[in-house]
Amino acid sequence: MSPEELLAVADGVVDRTGPGEQLEAVATWQSETEVRAYDGEVEHFVAADTAALGIRVVVDGRQGVSWTPLIPGRVDEAAVAECLTEARDNARFGTPDEHAGLAEPDGAPVAPLRLFDERLAATTTEEKIRLAVELERLVRAGDARMVGVESADYADSVTAGAIVTSTGIRSAGAETSTFLGAWSLASDGDDTTTGFGFSVGRAVEDLDPAAAAAEAVERAVRMLGATKPRSERLTVVLHPYVTSQFVSLVTEMLSGESVSRGRSPFTGRVGEVVAAPGFTLVDDAVDPLAPTASDLDGEGLACRQVPLVANGVLQGFLHNAYTARSMGTTSTGSAQRGSHRSVPGVGPRVAKVQPGALSPEQVLAQVGDGLLVHEVAGLHSGVNPVSGDLSVGVEGVMVSGGEVAGAVREATINSTLQRMLTDVVAVGADLTYFPWEACGVTLAVADVTLSGS
Amino acid sequence: MIEQSTVERVLAEGLSKGAEFAEVFVEDRRSSSALLDDGKVEELTSGRDRGAGIRVVVGESTGFAHTSDLTEEGLLAAARTAAAAARGTGAGTTVVALSETRAPRPNVVAVLPGDVPKSRKVELLAAADEVARAQGGAITQVTARYADSVRRILVANSDGTLATDDQVRTMFSVSCVASGDTGMQTGRESVGHTVGFELFDRYDVEDLARRAADRAITKLRARPAPAGEMTVVIGPGGGGVMFHEACGHGLEADLVAKGASVFAGRIGEQVASPLVTLVDDGTMGGEWGCFSVDDEGRPAQRNVLIQDGVLVDYMWDGLRARKEGRPSSGNGRRQSYQHLPMVRMTNTYLVDGGSSPDEIVADTPSGVYVAHLGGGQVNTATGDFVFGMTEAYLIEDGQITEPLREGNLIGNGPAVLSAIDAVGNDFAMGAPGTCGKDGQGVPVGDGVPTLRVGAGLTIGGTAA
Repeated sequence: MSPEELLAVADGVVDRTGPGEQLEAVATWQSETEVRAYDGEVEHFVAADTAALGIRVVVDGRQGVSWTPLIPGRVDEAAVAECLTEARDNARFGTPDEHAGLAEPDGAPVAPLRLFDERLAATTTEEKIRLAVELERLVRAGDARMVGVESADYADSVTAGAIVTSTGIRSAGAETSTFLGAWSLASDGDDTTTGFGFSVGRAVEDLDPAAAAAEAVERAVRMLGATKPRSERLTVVLHPYVTSQFVSLVTEMLSGESVSRGRSPFTGRVGEVVAAPGFTLVDDAVDPLAPTASDLDGEGLACRQVPLVANGVLQGFLHNAYTARSMGTTSTGSAQRGSHRSVPGVGPRVAKVQPGALSPEQVLAQVGDGLLVHEVAGLHSGVNPVSGDLSVGVEGVMVSGGEVAGAVREATINSTLQRMLTDVVAVGADLTYFPWEACGVTLAVADVTLSGS
Repeated sequence: MIEQSTVERVLAEGLSKGAEFAEVFVEDRRSSSALLDDGKVEELTSGRDRGAGIRVVVGESTGFAHTSDLTEEGLLAAARTAAAAARGTGAGTTVVALSETRAPRPNVVAVLPGDVPKSRKVELLAAADEVARAQGGAITQVTARYADSVRRILVANSDGTLATDDQVRTMFSVSCVASGDTGMQTGRESVGHTVGFELFDRYDVEDLARRAADRAITKLRARPAPAGEMTVVIGPGGGGVMFHEACGHGLEADLVAKGASVFAGRIGEQVASPLVTLVDDGTMGGEWGCFSVDDEGRPAQRNVLIQDGVLVDYMWDGLRARKEGRPSSGNGRRQSYQHLPMVRMTNTYLVDGGSSPDEIVADTPSGVYVAHLGGGQVNTATGDFVFGMTEAYLIEDGQITEPLREGNLIGNGPAVLSAIDAVGNDFAMGAPGTCGKDGQGVPVGDGVPTLRVGAGLTIGGTAA
């Protein structure tokens, strides 16, 4: 469905706004293709279109939500009416909250991003299959020790969405995305190890199978012969991929949702030093180079750059309309909608540590002795974003005299997120984008406990 | 949900390009939830998800298409897309006459969630909030959530399977934040079963709230967990997460077939301590991972995976079982009609042993007692896995002593399974879980009696 068709559906809902109520309609459509290659053949090929409508009602400071599927090209008026009735009914049971309400237009300019690439529509199915098969072949051929490919996938999607509210928001857009990724298996006869590599873009032409395959090979081969390290306190150097995951956790603690509810250790600390002087963090939501950049947030407001930490000093938090009102400020255009089913939450689009001047090699040289972390496990079970307690499984290589040494596995690194921020000792220049809401750089953090044998 | 004659025509369309197998999966799911946070009922949400996924298998290749259009025209279009998407060359087949699968219901649902006034659901939230806050001034925040769903499915395939199931789930959770001089700590409790609103005849939300609040308050005086390898005693209930990660995923036949499991090629071998008998059981009435038929129309089964430490069998879905010429074990599951089924666990548990839990602790000179676990993650190819401890204590001289701060434990599946040196007689199921694999989440259950891992687990703490 086109953005215009979705706008028409959403308009049709908001036209029914009753006295004393606010209405928001979110209509979404997605068309996706996924190809998985195995042994040079197509293991599976998925093709699908889905569309859905979500309605939020706010009345007397209480809100209710309901959703229903949409059938492209044939809107079921009875289902839409039932959905609206249900959302209104759900709104009867909330606790009145003076801050509840929809976003209102704030006049912020919408960044001119190119999120939709027309070339995707012209790409043939055969080409998509060829890419997945080629990726698998490149991984297998990448090193004599590669013994298998668990999955080699090509995926793309075209999504369109519209948000219309009775408070005057009316926005719509469409975007494309493409993905190529492999999970690889290596063996030296004793050990089996795994790796992965991927490439993302907005069209097939953006994808780089050779780079994705090379990464999948390198990650797996590097871990062959890995041993369990001994426990010690040391400096860890986080690979950009790992840094991005830590940055995601930090931004969770800087979300207005956590802060306004007293669930963040950063509540009430704007203006204070919370990180090392060399650490600056922004949500650069409209960075045109980022695969997750967006022009509009989950409530239809313009996305914008939001400073979070500048030279170690806390600048502010991410907000949607509700968390902003409850803290006496304005939305930062950071509403995140998991889907049409949910009330908007808060989160970054392109959280970015400002890159430093050092190459990754220079960071290692400065650190001297430590652990270079390539992969983490158990981020959700081992990190508590309320207390900040952190303990995650790691794979990586020891660093000795500034040079990489033996690979290690079956160990954890442990600290708290608050301490890690203040213990940052070097920031690399290698800004790297990922297909999730945080970028990475090589980042060195001192005084972390490595738990091993 | 759909006329049988329509189903037959859609299957025939799926086979029309020379396929060996075609399947229609129809789902109609209604769900609702209510959330209380910061002392306020923030929102009620409810809605419907409905559609069909059509799978066509030709040779080694699967084509899949899904649609929200359940008219015959919409289903036929999806079947054509799926047939065109399957890229292999096959011998072709025709639809075997459909015969309805009669699988027993794992449990009876007494009160459908849709028949309960929303005000009753909201009252539960308020009660939990009040009780949690009454546990002490240290409790500074409470979140309570109620959720229910009714999922009706129909599965039919060209082998003649026609099966339906109504899957009802109700759950409730309470999360508390306690604040003190050492910062903030959290406590969470949840309960969920494949039942309706009668869940609350069996479980008292106030009791749940008290336990969540007490856990958060206790952790305020927690000290940093030790770093390094230690003996670990896992309490009854939630410790099943460890088996889910340490070997459950590694026993899924799709991962085994791709060489991505440390348990590949080890049927009949001793893979665990003789004290370990591990079962995956989709028939376990009322438990979070149970159902009447799986998402390929196969009746749920009780499958013994490891018997007295010897690997008996893997878990199978229809596609992988077909290739091996054996029956599925009823483990073919999918998140929704928009997803392909794959091998998934149901309710995975360790069978009771003979030791008394008190003796197991008393017999441990030093170690860590994990009373409550969070989630986990595994690399099935290497066997390395982690799981979180959300409530843990030191064991000193055979006594449970100081509370410890949160962290992950890391170990290697086969090594940890072999190092289990005591299994208690106090089996209990744990909290409802959601298992993630290849981007899909499905509800699962797990359970264990008290058990001890003598070696091989490393505690992710900061204390030397």
